[in-house]
Amino acid sequence: MVRLITHNLLACHVKGCTTNNFPLVFQDAQVEIHEAEFNEDFIRGFMPKIEWKALVDSARQLGDTSLPEEQPEMADDDFLKTLHHVLLEMHIEEGAMVCQNCGHVYPISNGIPNMLLAEHEIG
Amino acid sequence: MLPTPDLSHLTKEDFIRVYEPAEDTFILLDGLENDAVELQNLDPKICLEIGSGSGCVSAFVGKLLGSSRCLYLTTDINPYASKCTVSTGKQNAVPIESITASLDSPLALRLRRNVDLLIFNPPYVPTSSEEADAAQESRGIGGSWAGGTDGMEITGLFLNNLPNLLSTNGRFYLVGVAVNNISAIHQNLRGLRLDGKVILHRRAGREHLYVMKFMRILTP
Repeated sequence: MVRLITHNLLACHVKGCTTNNFPLVFQDAQVEIHEAEFNEDFIRGFMPKIEWKALVDSARQLGDTSLPEEQPEMADDDFLKTLHHVLLEMHIEEGAMVCQNCGHVYPISNGIPNMLLAEHEIG
Repeated sequence: MLPTPDLSHLTKEDFIRVYEPAEDTFILLDGLENDAVELQNLDPKICLEIGSGSGCVSAFVGKLLGSSRCLYLTTDINPYASKCTVSTGKQNAVPIESITASLDSPLALRLRRNVDLLIFNPPYVPTSSEEADAAQESRGIGGSWAGGTDGMEITGLFLNNLPNLLSTNGRFYLVGVAVNNISAIHQNLRGLRLDGKVILHRRAGREHLYVMKFMRILTP
């Protein structure tokens, strides 16, 4: 599965590609919404690990504008549920993720990202 | 006792292309289950399994800790294994984020010191270096066992990244066999400021299997 929670953790790892290699930009993304169990403790605990701007920009790229520009200091219930939806319920089933720096294309098929590189691209 | 995850959706044909859980898998499940209370108290937010194969281990951990309490990330170099991992997650109601990748390569940047539970049942069977390289390169089932010199070439590559991945209180579970030189693994990781112990040891046919657990050495 590629959900935005995972997308927020993936970077381009082509040899020598070390700046502007995160986040990867979606291309031709097909999104499906699947409900997931809401767990407040998990969302709260995960918040410090999120690269917020990357998450907001990527969600917007997929047509979801529900997140604020800045991560709020106080997270109320409504906000946590919105964040839960964006992180865990939007599944990118097909398409690709592209590195903004080197242009490498990582395909997504059946919800699985293929992050493998060719021999000459490995650092 | 927690049952082994339901793998009834996988067929004989699947197990031609992906490693079928065997004694090494089961000793790892037993080791994790023995530590159930410790792991539940650790309350991990990110669990990463390297080389997930059928998905049996991550599905088991999801059952052990709760499917919504943690993010279950897996990698495998074999695209067919990535598919099986997803389907095993679904079969057992554990959402598993399966990624086709070598070791932790696309995650290393962002997961820096963020992995609370790290699990690796590596290709530990001694082969020639050429055979291990070819197995990794072919993206097939051979990559699940062919380990190169002393069965340690793939594990060795990964161990060097390990201190960067593990969170402050993170736990790392590793499967090995006697020929891998278990005490040398401990010595190597001590040099990387990780302390470990053997938590289970079992003989299965010709193999002496070990489950090791490592943590950071915390300096006050």
